[in-house]
Amino acid sequence: MKTIKNSLISRRHVLAGSAAAGLFGLTAPRAYAAEVNWKKYAGTTLEANLVKGPRGELLQKYATEFTDLTGITVESEIIPEQQQRQKAVIELTSGKPSFDIIHLSYHVQKRQFDRAGWLADLTGFMNDPAMTAPDLRVDDFSAGGLKFAQNDKGEMHSLPLSVDYFILYWNKEIFAKKGVALPKTFDEMVVAAEKLNDPAAGIYGFTGRGLRNANMALWTNFFLNYGGEFLDDKGNILTDGPEAVEATKMYQRLMKSAPPGVVGFNWMESMASLTQGRAAMWIDADGWAPPIEDPTASRVVGKIGYALVPAGPKGQYSSTYGDGIGIAQASTKKEAAYLYCQWAVSKTMGARLLQAGGGVPFRNSILNDEAVRKGVKTQEWLDSVIGSAKISKLGLPVIVPVAEFRDIVGAALTATLSGADPATELKKANDQFRPILERSEKA
Amino acid sequence: MSEATATAQGQVQSKTRPEPDAQGTVGWERPSYWPFIAPALTVVLAVIIFPWAYTIWMSLHEWKVGSPPTFVGLANYIRLPSDARFVESIGHTLVYTALSVVLPLMFGTLAAVIFHNKFPMRGLLRGLFILPMMATPVAIALVWTMMFHPQLGILNYLLSLVGIPAQLWVFHPDTVIPSLVLVETWQWSPLVMLIVLGGLAAIPSEPYESAQIDGATRWQTFRYISLPLIMPFLFIAGMIRMIDAVKSFDIIFAITQGGPGSASETINLYLYSVAFVYYDVGYASAIVVVFFALIVALAGALLRLRQTTHWNDTGGST
Repeated sequence: MKTIKNSLISRRHVLAGSAAAGLFGLTAPRAYAAEVNWKKYAGTTLEANLVKGPRGELLQKYATEFTDLTGITVESEIIPEQQQRQKAVIELTSGKPSFDIIHLSYHVQKRQFDRAGWLADLTGFMNDPAMTAPDLRVDDFSAGGLKFAQNDKGEMHSLPLSVDYFILYWNKEIFAKKGVALPKTFDEMVVAAEKLNDPAAGIYGFTGRGLRNANMALWTNFFLNYGGEFLDDKGNILTDGPEAVEATKMYQRLMKSAPPGVVGFNWMESMASLTQGRAAMWIDADGWAPPIEDPTASRVVGKIGYALVPAGPKGQYSSTYGDGIGIAQASTKKEAAYLYCQWAVSKTMGARLLQAGGGVPFRNSILNDEAVRKGVKTQEWLDSVIGSAKISKLGLPVIVPVAEFRDIVGAALTATLSGADPATELKKANDQFRPILERSEKA
Repeated sequence: MSEATATAQGQVQSKTRPEPDAQGTVGWERPSYWPFIAPALTVVLAVIIFPWAYTIWMSLHEWKVGSPPTFVGLANYIRLPSDARFVESIGHTLVYTALSVVLPLMFGTLAAVIFHNKFPMRGLLRGLFILPMMATPVAIALVWTMMFHPQLGILNYLLSLVGIPAQLWVFHPDTVIPSLVLVETWQWSPLVMLIVLGGLAAIPSEPYESAQIDGATRWQTFRYISLPLIMPFLFIAGMIRMIDAVKSFDIIFAITQGGPGSASETINLYLYSVAFVYYDVGYASAIVVVFFALIVALAGALLRLRQTTHWNDTGGST
């Protein structure tokens, strides 16, 4: 019964999608626009390598719809993030990857993939009206998404799939009890955290990532808002400058109001403190509304507010990370694979991603669609995401040794949580990282 | 002219060669034993010599996955002493290994002495005691991670019952290694116990009877009779523990991933990061070579110690 229902929905979606595509075709400026022949590569079998998580799972779940639309079969492999990244790199290096389609994390892999030339150039496909539906235009992707997907020459080597903005989660009940207002700046935030902090009652003012490497994603929100830039014009790393030191002092002070053991916290432990009602505030990626609002996993359903990351003395930015979907240069089925990538970033799939709260599509036409917006369960969350899109800034430097950078500077930050001096630790970390970056850029 | 001479000499040589062969000297054996050792030699070359030679070759190159290798000589090795993370990881490995050998040896021996006595339900309790050894390390690690949680974990709750303040366990740089060793000790003391129990069972009862007549205390009996006699077994247990502890990866990786900061990053964990997270294959190979030298040194030291005790055994009280 369920299967029949699903297939009905899927057909309806396909019809709606085609109708929408036709409509855009008529209104598009390209009068010469031809119809995309979705069935042209029917019978092809594609291999996709996806990351485990809401995005990869969504693509896998609805893969039959893609097969119905195109006649192309997709065999997708879905692996936890860290292992998927390793597997992808090893296979791409071998020159004969087992997959045609690869799901990649821009903030970690972009420059590595660009330099190695592992991904096929999609610019030609995107400009070809016989291959690309008229509603999929380069300018529909947000600026951040394009920065991720395009190389130095402006060629598209992947399609931006989902963006992660960092937002502030706050427990309205704890705030109300102490009569504290939602902070708009970091200075207000640290005061609020100290006021709300009540270890005797098991309540802490703030929670967040303290674990080496993972903490970088949180810290950059402070760094950017204190006016920090990762690299200078010559490509030198700048994470030991005065902005970095001030940002770290704020991070260090705020984390004093965090639960004990925060140096070992990743997003999972931080989220546990929030959902168990033990933390008043948490800054992290935007994808956690579903578990927070799930009554079987959370004690704070309906009590959490969603807001923008507070402003720093030099501005208000939300650290942004993202993933995309691309085609291996070595693939022999690039056209069919392109149809898959296009389907993955389509309006239907993007709307599902947003409505499930599992991520935010990079395409403005999806985010700005009233019908799509109405389908989102927690409107306050959606507002914080849309607000964050306007103040989005890349959360990590676009360099090859991102993992080393996160490990080394991340370890320095962790050390400051145990009382070490921010300036000394950051300088030490930079001295350690500089030669690694120089070696990598020279190669 | 000269060619003719050479040919003639060749003929002479080939004529004279079979003579010693015919008399059954070494020349005959050469073709005969090669086919027998070839399979073993091939396996040794393929699985031991080749990987080693290749690792050493890689360690002499700057080789990032995705770009071709460039020969850099000993640059990777020169980089090692100035790499703070590497130097620290050696210290962590040594401390972790020492504690993970000594503590299970102590507790395992204690358990063996207890379980060697006869008391009700001994079989059942013995069975329960060896259960941790049978569990999968990663599954154990995940359970311990929950138990170590400073707020939600059961360990701090148990401590609070006896009035001890909450500890940070694996969430603090100073306590992380001892906490990880606690997991190792819990899991591997039973193995030591099994080995030592075997040793205790092999000791004849006469020395104990004689000691009892002489009025020896229980401690004296253990110290001067049991301990020297089970020493060879303890060395075997110690050797197995050392090998396990040096290569330990799963428990540390699953619980702390080397953190907080890099406080529990052993050579194995650092090596993993360099090879599979930073994709710096050349440098990782250099670390492997140095790590191997360290293991050989440790094993050598332990073997030497064992020889000393063996000599003591045969040489009486000296």
